Amino acid sequence: MVDPKFDIKDLSVWFGHLQALKKVTLAIAPNEILSIIGPSNSGKTTFLRMLNRLNALNLSFRVEGEIRIDGVDLLRLDVEALRKRVGMVFALPLSLPLSIYDNVAYGVRMHGEKNKKKLEGRVQAALEEAYLWEEVKDRLQESAFKLSGGQQQRLCIARTLAVEPEVILFDEPCSGLDPISTAKVEDAMLKLKSRYTIVLVTNNVKQAARVGDRTAFFLNGELIELDQTEKIFTAPHDKRTEDYILGKFG
Amino acid sequence: MRNPYRTQKIAFFFLLLSTLLIVVPVGLIVVIIIQKGLPAINWQFLSEVPQQGMRAGGIFPAIVGTFYLVSGAILFALPIGLLAAVYLTEYAKDNLLTRIIKLAIVNLAGVPSVVYGLFGFALFVVFFKFGASILSGSLTLGIMILPVIITTSVEALESVPASFREVSLSLGVSKWQTIRNIVLPNAVPGILTGTILGLGRAAGETAPILFTVAAFYLPQLPASIFDQAMALPYHLYVISTQVPNVDEKVRYGTAFVLLALVLSMNLVAIVIRSKFRKKKKW
Repeated sequence: MVDPKFDIKDLSVWFGHLQALKKVTLAIAPNEILSIIGPSNSGKTTFLRMLNRLNALNLSFRVEGEIRIDGVDLLRLDVEALRKRVGMVFALPLSLPLSIYDNVAYGVRMHGEKNKKKLEGRVQAALEEAYLWEEVKDRLQESAFKLSGGQQQRLCIARTLAVEPEVILFDEPCSGLDPISTAKVEDAMLKLKSRYTIVLVTNNVKQAARVGDRTAFFLNGELIELDQTEKIFTAPHDKRTEDYILGKFG
Repeated sequence: MRNPYRTQKIAFFFLLLSTLLIVVPVGLIVVIIIQKGLPAINWQFLSEVPQQGMRAGGIFPAIVGTFYLVSGAILFALPIGLLAAVYLTEYAKDNLLTRIIKLAIVNLAGVPSVVYGLFGFALFVVFFKFGASILSGSLTLGIMILPVIITTSVEALESVPASFREVSLSLGVSKWQTIRNIVLPNAVPGILTGTILGLGRAAGETAPILFTVAAFYLPQLPASIFDQAMALPYHLYVISTQVPNVDEKVRYGTAFVLLALVLSMNLVAIVIRSKFRKKKKW
């Protein structure tokens, strides 16, 4: 593998007495889509939220092990600078109670961009990248809550893209969406791959098969198997992976 | 024979009766005060100083005094209360200190108002040598309404969904920027509601101003915050118990003005809250 974007070694995470991740070791290559599958409570989301240190918001949180981003210890980085580089799209379309335009411009503004022209440019570019521009270009000042669920989720993607991250974390981004909206979000992901590293947590095994370059299977906080997506879905090593993919549990 | 249907009817009757019993005194107070007080209300009553040993004339100095006191109390209590609420909801960790602070706030809310009066007298009037003045009275009232403002502000801040904060933080936006740009704007209506409820309480209390500011009779308006002032609740107490032969009309007129002031403040709070609920979209 080329120099990995993320290099994770023996990562363990606790919330109080509950261990959510158990000595997970894996590397994520730049410009790949890594899908993470597994049943609920398998530690997928916990793993994802380690990469932008969002777990630290939980007061009972404790971590051991090492995460490196571009070779630098992630836990030592300034947390705001890290989150600027590692964006996140959440499970539910979480629009902020602002207009469509302001939702996308929010992060950019907060990072100090005051030039109106530049802001407009960034907002338009981000909306185009998220395949939403055509649908909203005439109603940018309307409340974001007026958009449909799928549009709001693409708005969230645009909002993340606008701050120009290097990595985008998707946390079950299509769990609340209909198939057509899901297809649009997946399209966007595949196109974004050329410019960003993408980590996708999904409950939808088929989605992992459709978009992931590689797929990791988590179970009870452990990384069971990680391989090329094709291989995971055709000839998995571990019996548990096979059972999960075939829908025998989870 | 037990008849569940009849039992229910009886239960329902008592439940309704208890509820109606709450409404009756409120209704009676309003009706009596309006009936007896409204005839006294005219421009002269609202705009002139008391005359003939407060048996005639108006109550203008008392209205002005109450206005100053309430403004002063808010000026003091709102910033402190709001900042404390932000600290408690956004920054405080769940430790001994936080629990002591929360306990203190609850207890502060339970302190009888006359104790605030004594406390204000000892601290502001005597110790800080502010004398009996608008400053002393405002600070005393401010401390009294702090718990109201803190509790309602905490509630308002907590009602802003945690997901908004997560989204903002996930964009690399700092915590303070998140509070300033996402949390506070969405909590403003709730905070306003609490503030106005505090205003209403500050306007109506007699005991805290008794030793700290209230003047028995002071025809000229206060010139600075170190002056004494008349205030509506204390004026009402004085003309009801301390001055003989005051016309009933004057007493009820004063009560009417005080009640109207407090109720209209509560009404404003209710309107703001309902507007906010309609606008809320999450």
